[in-house]
Parts: sequence; structure tokens; C-alpha cells
Amino acid sequence: MTGALPGVVAAIVGWLAIGVLCILKPHDLRVVRVLFPAGAVIAVALAGIGLAALAAAPQSMVLPLGLPDLPFHLRLDPLAAFFLLLLGSASTCISLFSSGYFRNEEGAAPGLLGLQYHVFLAAMALVLVADDAYVFMIAWETMALASYFLVTTDHRKPAIRSAGYLYLLIAHVGAIAILLCFGVLQGGRGDYTFDAMRGVTLGGIAPSLAFFLALAGFGAKAGLLPLHMWLPEAHPAAPSPVSALMSGVMLKTAIYGMLRVTFDLMHVQLWWWGVAALALGLLTALFGVIFAAVQTDMKRLLAYSSIENIGIIVAAFGLAIVFQANDKPLLAGIALTAALYHSLNHAFFKSLLFLATGSVLHATNERSLGRLGGLIHRMPWVAWLALVGTLAIAGLPPLNGFVSEWLLLQAFLFTPSLPQSFVNMLVPLAAAALVLAVALAAYVMVKFYGVVFLGRPREPALVHAHDAGGLERAALLLLALGCVLLGLIPTNVIGAIDHVNAQLLGTSVRAAGESTWWLLAPVALERSSYSPPIVLVVIVGVVLATMIVVHRVWHGRVRRAPAWDCGFPLQTPRMQDTAEGFGQPIRQVFEPFFHIERHLPSPSDTTPVYFMRASDRLWTWLYVPIARTVEVLARVVGLLQQGRIGVYLGYSFVTLIALLLFVG
Amino acid sequence: MLGALASQILQVAVALALAPLLVGWVDQCRAWLSNRRAPSILLPYRTIHKLFVKDAVVADNASPLFRLAPYVVFGAMACAAAIVPSLGTALPFGTAADTIALVGLFALARVFIALAAMDIGTAFGTLGARREMFIGFLAEPALLMVLFTASLISGSTSLPTIVDTLAHGPLGIYPSLAFAGVAFTMVSLAENARVPIDNPATHLELTMIHEAMLLEYSARHLALLEWASALKLFNYSCIGLALFVPFGVASGANALAILGAAPVLIAKLAVGGALLALIETLSAKLRIFRAPEFLATAFLLAVLAMLVKLLLGA
Repeated sequence: MTGALPGVVAAIVGWLAIGVLCILKPHDLRVVRVLFPAGAVIAVALAGIGLAALAAAPQSMVLPLGLPDLPFHLRLDPLAAFFLLLLGSASTCISLFSSGYFRNEEGAAPGLLGLQYHVFLAAMALVLVADDAYVFMIAWETMALASYFLVTTDHRKPAIRSAGYLYLLIAHVGAIAILLCFGVLQGGRGDYTFDAMRGVTLGGIAPSLAFFLALAGFGAKAGLLPLHMWLPEAHPAAPSPVSALMSGVMLKTAIYGMLRVTFDLMHVQLWWWGVAALALGLLTALFGVIFAAVQTDMKRLLAYSSIENIGIIVAAFGLAIVFQANDKPLLAGIALTAALYHSLNHAFFKSLLFLATGSVLHATNERSLGRLGGLIHRMPWVAWLALVGTLAIAGLPPLNGFVSEWLLLQAFLFTPSLPQSFVNMLVPLAAAALVLAVALAAYVMVKFYGVVFLGRPREPALVHAHDAGGLERAALLLLALGCVLLGLIPTNVIGAIDHVNAQLLGTSVRAAGESTWWLLAPVALERSSYSPPIVLVVIVGVVLATMIVVHRVWHGRVRRAPAWDCGFPLQTPRMQDTAEGFGQPIRQVFEPFFHIERHLPSPSDTTPVYFMRASDRLWTWLYVPIARTVEVLARVVGLLQQGRIGVYLGYSFVTLIALLLFVG
Repeated sequence: MLGALASQILQVAVALALAPLLVGWVDQCRAWLSNRRAPSILLPYRTIHKLFVKDAVVADNASPLFRLAPYVVFGAMACAAAIVPSLGTALPFGTAADTIALVGLFALARVFIALAAMDIGTAFGTLGARREMFIGFLAEPALLMVLFTASLISGSTSLPTIVDTLAHGPLGIYPSLAFAGVAFTMVSLAENARVPIDNPATHLELTMIHEAMLLEYSARHLALLEWASALKLFNYSCIGLALFVPFGVASGANALAILGAAPVLIAKLAVGGALLALIETLSAKLRIFRAPEFLATAFLLAVLAMLVKLLLGA
């Protein structure tokens, strides 16, 4: 596989070329219909390269681009290859969907969208193969800017502009932290290639500083607490394929960054870093899922669910550090495998659900859960495929979400006694928090699916909703198949991930256990095993057998009648649970988490209004004080700005005098 | 291997056959304890048969999901019965699905029945779905923590292996299992729609949870769901018996041992069912917003059990 890295470069150039072709005729929709599938072909190729390069030796390359004396260093190793596989496979489906989805009414010209979209893809691929800090930061910033423009596609709405601004702001706070992290990692040598960083041995607090800068910087992109604020704003603002791409793929580049810095660029991991990441991840997961339960906008709900899933991935990452620091490579391998597996799973089911909301949005022009309902009758394709995603994200066997959570629980469960007694006590509590988050995720997903697709249409206009077009169906179908397949062949997936384990931890999960292609047994057969194909076959077999027996022994007669509902004669769609109603128990139980504004009507009101909004306390506790402080500081600095030339000349004069005094 | 397979099929068949009997027995005990004349112990069988014979009436706006759900729920419960060692521990399916998968199967059934309840779009259906998921989100982690405690003792997440260790290993007293036992009892009450969380006999609309989700179902769909909830009670009882009173469960696929285990199981179930009826008679139903406190207690007890196991090694 000598051609793998040039292949990746060719794919990046290909995407950029498609982007340029898109902008040549910005208002011609045919351009989008033809060029997006071409981008999907490149994505397939990239996924293939990623899959092939997983098992290959790392290869690097120097491109004479950029500034003089600062060429682009690129490198393709198993870690990068795994994330390229994720990027390629998810973006294949998303590009396919986009080609049927984008129209002229999105707010920006389709050609312009095409340019931004493909630059975004190319930048993500470049982030993954970058091998020096310059290229990495250039790609990282290009990715942030391209996604910023995609988020603000409908920039005529002030709410969308402010969502984009918040995203850009947090993205740059994160970028500064990443830059500082690289600054620490180069260890004073001034050589910013990753190869040089691997050779540096940091002492003192420098490694911890680098780790926490990386956690903060990449955490801002991933949506870790408390820098998650942009996700629920940006995702609803962006067009659905862009939300899918950001949530399914871009968040994973942040996970990639954390892994790259922690396990590849640094040699030593300290256990308390892992504890910090574990605690932060679980806190993020619980926070995300609790907020997802009270959302009333379907894309905001999915955005909070992304926060939850990122929290789970970071918790697994933290657990891997704890084990690696305590010299338990096999358990570290299982935890890291769970993190990577869940990243891949999340790319599939979250893209599927975001794209499904896109189809719903186009069919109904409605994002608010309170105005949807009953779409399974009007949009059967989207509804049934979204059901697969819903069951997968709820962590139900035999789909893919269950496998990664199963692996992570195994890593928790078989924690042998660690030397730190404090960590020993923490592990069961962390397992409890994890299962609580996973169980709440099922609540959230039942709410999402039940309110959008089941029940009666809550608005009369919904009867005119139409199903998605052919390309959109094909994309959703591919993603749903991916969810099923990733759930059914875990041993093969783990075999692929194992190359990353070998590179980062020097261990092999696949070889240590007793897994066969149909049976997953990561440690030993008598300890734990799980076989998704058998579970699937048995469930399907039992269900079919029950159907046949019931119909043969008794009968299959069905009569249709109005709904019973305890005999209430008047039934209107308004009597169903709303999204607020479905979330109410969670709101009540976790009330301290929320900042709740409530307006209750009084009995004498002639036009009674009930109004309730649950929002994030962190906004008032953290963000508003920071914004105020910045404003006050800006005003103090503003005092310097007098607007008279004499004053500015005075400043120059004083500066010159001061310099002369000091230098002289 | 063939013997193991036969033992597997036998245990599922026993579960399918005995589950309604257990429900009938509990109902009978409840009636006696509240000084009523008890219905026949065979009443659940008659009800299920009657429902199978009737024509199914399905709401006009029901989607295929509504008609599929009873089969999925029943299938998930039957699969769960294949993992739980009721008579013997020779369960090949226990290799394919461990305790985590068992909890996953229960969750699968719960999600499907909740989705089906929301499908018609009636006020009661969605209310029941919401409450069921609400109970589930606290009960499921508690159950998982109980099972984890047992897994830690035996060093395996496979339920047959756990039971083998507990029943046939060196006799030990595990304080952690005492906490886990209380937690498990509380979870079982909640999960099987029993007093104090729910009332299987109620048809007062505003207090019901499980029954509210079944309101739109009739005939064979209802029969399957009734049978599935009887199976669920049977499964939970067998998990409880297997973890906390594991004696008498046959090890291996020895036909004689399995036949010998049957009377022991029936005796244990009879005592367990009578205790369940006693708990139900003695306690009053909680308001729905007391349920989180009840289940959070169960959850904390289960976490405590795991901490006791990990820190004290007992």
C-alpha cells in the first residue's frame, strides 16, 4: 500500500476541485445533483484507502506547499486511517443525501453550499493526515471556517447569525488552547513537526499542561462541558446534511485530536488525567441526555444527544488512560476499542437521524416537535429507517449502539484492583452513571421517535407531507444498513480497530480474547461473551414462529374501528402528549439542573397563555459573567481611543521615550 | 451439545407454560389475603385462550408498528427466558447473550411497547408510554447494578456461570448480595407493574402505567402482551431465585437432575409468589412522583452492594 497517502492527497484535491466546479455555476441545481454524487465516489475511495491503510505500516510524505522552509508534513498511520474510514463512510451517505436534498431555497446558492461543503470535507481529511502543527492548525481552522459558513447558510435570520457567532467564538477559544498545547509539546526546540514532538521528553508539569490544554481545546470542538454551548445552537441552524456531517464526523476529529496528543505525541500518561477525563465525560453524558429529554425542537434534541454520546466516548478515553497509566494494557485496549467503536457507531446513527430530520423538515417545514406527529403514515421510508437509528442509539441489542456500550461496561466491570483506592471506589460509581445515561437515552429516543413519527398529526398541514426522494432514501438505507452491520459483526470491527490499539497502546484486544467471527469474547469465554448474529436470528425466529403459530392455531382476522381510549368520544390530536409533556417527569426530577422560566395563566385571564422554558444554567452562571467581564475590560481599553490625532501622537511619543529609557 | 440444546428448549417451554400459572397463583394469594373469594388458578390461561379466539380490533390510524410490537415484546421475553437458568444451567443461549444483553432485551421490549402505545395518539397511551419509560430509566440501571454485583462475585457476566458459581461453589456469605437482594426486590416490583409503583388490577385511568399502554390492544395482540408480562414476572422471579436462592438448580445437561429441579423450582416460585402477594397487600400505591424516590433507593442500594463487593471484597 505505497499509494495510500498519495491517494488521500488526491481525494483532498478532488474534493477541492469539486468545490471549485460547484461555484462556477452557483445557481444551477443540476451542478449539485451531479457533483455531490461525485464527491460521494471520492468518499467511498477514501473509506477504502482508510480500511486498507489500517493494517499497513505508517507512511509519510512532505509536500512543498505553504511558507518557505515550512513544507506540509503528512502521515498516514492506523489511527489516521481509522478516522479516514469513519469520515469516508459517513460522508458517502451524507453526500448522496445532499445531492437530493439541497434546493434553491436554503438561503445560500446551492453552488456556494457545494463549495463550502467540499472544502469542509477536504479540511477534515487534511486534519487527519497532518503531521506537523502548522498543517494541523491550517486544516483545523479551515474546517472551523467552512463549517461556520455552512451553519450560517440561512444568514438572513438573526438567530442563525448569532448561533454561528457563538460557534465561531468557542471554536477559536478551542483553537487557541490547541495551539498552546502544541507549543508545550515542542518542548522549546522550535520544531513543530509531530515527529519532533514524539522525540521530546517533557518533564515537570509540562505533560499535564499539554494534556489539559488538549482536553480543553479539542473538548471545545467535541462539546464537552462547559464548552458545549454551541452545539444546541449551531445544529438546528445548519441545514440537516451539515448537521449530520458536523455531529457525525467533525466531533470525531476532536476525539482524534485527543487520542493523537495523549497516546501518540506523549509517552507517559498519568492516571489522574484519566480520572479527570472520565469524570468530565460522564458529567457531559448525563448533562446532555437530561437536557435532550426536555427539548422541544427535534434538531436541538439530537444536538444534546450528541453531547451525551461524546461524553460516553470521552469517558471511555479516560478509562483507557487510567488503565494504561496503571500498566494494564489489555483493559486499556478494551476501553479504547469501546471509544473508537462508539465513535464509528455514533457517526452512523446520528447521521441517519439528522438526515431523517432533514427529510421531515423538507416535507413539513417544521422543526418543532409540538407541530409534528403521525409521519409514519405519510413518510414510511424515512420513518422505518429512522426507527433503526432510534433503536441503535437507544443501545438496544442486536444493533450497533449496544455493542460499544457492552464493551465499555466490560472494561468497567473487570477492573481489577488498581493501586489508587480512590479510583477503585470511583469505578463502580462511574459504571452506575454510565448505565443511567444509557437508560435515559432510551427515554429520549422514545420521545423523539414517538412524537415525530407516531400518533396523530398535530397540525392539519401534515397530511400533505411527502416521503423523501430516491437519493435520500438510498442514503438513509445505507446508513441503516451500516447500523445493523456494525452491530452484527463486532469481532471484525474490533479486528480493524485493533491496529489502532497496537499503534497507541501496543496491545491487541482481538488476540487476547477468544472471539470468533460470530462470538464476541474480549477477555475469556467464561468471563463474558455476546453473539449478535445469534441474538438477531433467535429474536427474529421467535417473532416469526409466534406469528405463524398464532395465525395457524387461531386466526389472523383484523377489524378496523375508531380508537377506544377508554370510550372517550371526543379525541383530537391536541390530546396527545406534547414534547413538553413527555419531558415533564425528567424536568421535575432533575429540576435543579435547569433554569426554568414559567408563566402560568391566572383564572381571570381572558386569553390564557401557558409558557415554560427550561434553559441551561451554565449560560447565566458562566457565559454571561465572562461576557460582562470582557465588555467591562473592553470599555477600559476603549478609554485609550480618544479619536484625536494629537493623543495618538502623544502615545507614540511616550512609547518612544519608554523604549529609549529601557533599551538605552 | 444435544443435551444442552434439549435442556435449553425444555426450559423455555417450561417458562412459557408456567408463566400464566404464576400470575394465577399470585392473584389467588392476593384474593385470599384481602378476604375475597379467589378466582381459579387457571384463569390466566382461560383469559389468554379467550383473547386468541376473538377477532382483533385495531384502531383506524394504527401503523404496522402497532401490530408488530406485541410479537417483538413476546419474542424478547421468550429470548430472555432462554438466558435465565430456571431449572438447570446448561443454557447454550447464555453464551450468546449475557446479563447485559438480558437487560438489553428487557429494554427492547419496553421501547417497543412504549412506541406502540404512542402510535394511536390517544391521551392515555402517550401517558402510559411516558410513565413506563420514566420508571424504566431508573429501574434498568438498578437491575444492571444488581447483576454486576453478582458478576463481580463470580467473575463472569454470563448468567448460567454466575448461578453455577453461587449454587455449587464453596458456600460463602456475601453481605453485598443482601443489599443487592433488597434492591432487586424493589426493581422487580416496579418493572412488573406491581404495587407500590403500579397496580395490575387497576383500571382507574389516571393511576395506571402498564395497563394504560395496552388500552388500544385487543384479542391476539392483547393475549400476547398479557402472556409476555406473565413471562416477564416469571423471568424476574427466576433471576431473583437464581441469584439469591440458587439451591436446587441443576448443573449440566443431566436429564434426571433437571427433572429433579422442577419440583424445587415450583416450590420456590410458590413461596416467592405468596411473598409478592403479601408485599402487594401490605403496601399502598405510591404517587407517581414518589416512584423516583423508591427507585433511586433501589439504585443506591445496588451501587452500595457493588461498592461493598469491591472495597470489602465480600
